[in-house]
Amino acid sequence: MKRALCLMLLTVLIFLAGCGTAPVRKEPEIPAQRPVSEYVNPDVTYAIDVFDPWEPMNRRIYNFNAIFDNVIFLPVVSAYEFVLPTFVQKGITNFFNNLTEVTNLTNSLLQFKFVKAVHTFGRICINTTVGIGGLIDVATLNDGITREDEDFGQTLGFYGLGPGPYLVLPILGPSNVRDTTGLVGDSVVYSMMIGQLIGHLGLDDTQEDVLNYSLTAVYAIDKRSNEPFRYFKTGSPFEYDLIRKLFLIKRQFQIDN
Amino acid sequence: MKRLVLVLICAVIVGFSGTPAAAYDYKVDDPYVATIVGTPEVLEWDKLPKKVDYELLGLKVFPDRPMPDVFWYQREFLYTLSYQKQAAPLIFVIAGTGSSFYASSMVFLQKAFWGAGFHVICLSSPTHMNFITTASATSVPGNIAEDSQDLYRVMTKAWEQVKDRIKVSEFYLTGYSLGASQAAFVSKLDEEKRVFNFKKVCMVNPSVSLYTSAKILDDMLLEIDPNLTPEIFDRWFDARLARFGEIYRMMKEPQLDHDFLYNAYRTLYKKGQTPSRENLAGMIGTVFRLASSNMIFTADVMANYGLIVPKNRVLESADSLTDYFKVTNRVSFLDYFNEFLYPYSRSRNPGLTKEALIEGTSLRSIEPYLRNSPKIVLMTNEDDLILTPADLSFLKDVFGARAKIYPRGGHLGNLTFRDNIGYMINFFQN
Repeated sequence: MKRALCLMLLTVLIFLAGCGTAPVRKEPEIPAQRPVSEYVNPDVTYAIDVFDPWEPMNRRIYNFNAIFDNVIFLPVVSAYEFVLPTFVQKGITNFFNNLTEVTNLTNSLLQFKFVKAVHTFGRICINTTVGIGGLIDVATLNDGITREDEDFGQTLGFYGLGPGPYLVLPILGPSNVRDTTGLVGDSVVYSMMIGQLIGHLGLDDTQEDVLNYSLTAVYAIDKRSNEPFRYFKTGSPFEYDLIRKLFLIKRQFQIDN
Repeated sequence: MKRLVLVLICAVIVGFSGTPAAAYDYKVDDPYVATIVGTPEVLEWDKLPKKVDYELLGLKVFPDRPMPDVFWYQREFLYTLSYQKQAAPLIFVIAGTGSSFYASSMVFLQKAFWGAGFHVICLSSPTHMNFITTASATSVPGNIAEDSQDLYRVMTKAWEQVKDRIKVSEFYLTGYSLGASQAAFVSKLDEEKRVFNFKKVCMVNPSVSLYTSAKILDDMLLEIDPNLTPEIFDRWFDARLARFGEIYRMMKEPQLDHDFLYNAYRTLYKKGQTPSRENLAGMIGTVFRLASSNMIFTADVMANYGLIVPKNRVLESADSLTDYFKVTNRVSFLDYFNEFLYPYSRSRNPGLTKEALIEGTSLRSIEPYLRNSPKIVLMTNEDDLILTPADLSFLKDVFGARAKIYPRGGHLGNLTFRDNIGYMINFFQN
């Protein structure tokens, strides 16, 4: 609940940030030499086009994410990378990879991808035991069983659900309505599992909350640390468009496989 | 001496078949494939450090310049510095058209030179968005003489920023593609200004005439279809992207840029698929078009010129640019030259003819300087796609013994090949 409130607050902030002072137009506009009206046919779908009815909001969130990344997220990630030795970071990455494996399993099963399900189940068993609670990815290292990425967004796509409108999520970045739904679904499964695990530790409610939030925070930092994407690194004024298109293609490919 | 005799004998035996450099192991003989696929891993420079220490630094070149809202994220001119603890020569590296210091070729050179014991400063191309918005005096790139003045300014300021921290024995300069042509102009400028007193300059796969090279690259798109329409292009491009699908999974950070699109082909090639000539040329043309689109739109907004965005329109940070993207993709580099760069330059220099501007962006305009500067060397390929036969003859004639011309490699395909990078490092070290 608190998290939802934070999210709402954040969204409001973004809108406020977007509604700065209106630009003062000093001189009248002169039509471009190569005007959009002449070159772009509104009835044609171009390769770069993606269904994006909430584009103004999405672009604002995209910009917000870039600022958040530079001001808060990346500095925290840098500190994390500076403080922890590489092998500890690797261990943490493996640990969370193992925890989130549960959604790979559920979604492989939901799509009747039994080979992937067996691989994933094997990975969980090996890495949780021999890999000391998931800290070492023994399954990949020793047995060559690599991770199978399946999420609920892909499952929905597998059953024929289209991507729906493009959506840029605060902090998390590019998504669409289908994949955001998927994300919520996976989060529920993941939270239930974490709740069960933490429940066995015999902590009181406050301690459980603290542990839960800490896990989420470290998970977020670990994930950002492993993600090389940097905002506005493409050097293209059309970065938003390019990323939007690429995200759609990438997701479609993941669904098809 | 013995070797010379041997080479001579070989040359006689090979006779007029046209391949005198018999011992050159870079075997990709299709310049289109070479340009895209580059160098097979086993033949790459094996002394490359795995990691490189570098700092990302920023400069306020024009502190009072207002930045349009739509480019709010361009705050300062960025460059990278990799330095040695001890005294060493400092090499400035200038990127090719549309590229930043993040481009794979730049990172490669950064690693190679740093690993060989040099300080290295990597600079984005004056045609790159960050340069245009923060460091170009006019914000209208393409006039190499002016762009080189901009480069000289940022180099001077960068040097001021870092000089207290590093011990520099002397200054060297290099660049590839358009960056190589700019390096020649920068070197000439340095003869007057004398801030660096460059001791060695290495030009790698330069264009002789920007206008000619741009036309060659513009026309590559027509290999997809001589009557290319946006619809045909979109269909072609979607089909290419669909084939790249499997590659997304392997790549951590897919982007629709030069490195990604070329890498995608590289992966296909490794799997034994040789793409057709049309597709290779089309992809080279596409990559060039994307780079020039970025440049043209950025320049148009910065100069409020009114080519694609209506003059005096104020674009805000959340405004959709998708329609402008579609228009810009239809504008070739030569269109930009004819409809923007030339009229813009003429408005500032009345009486300037188009021929004079074309000549001014060519190495031919500084031929005497190039001919008489022993410190400048050239490295390029017989089959470099951006050179006409006349361009190649010009380079051979002007640089003479200072020209290292490899028989194969296309445009920069052999940059990471061990002979080539070895040649560059050897030149700077000895």
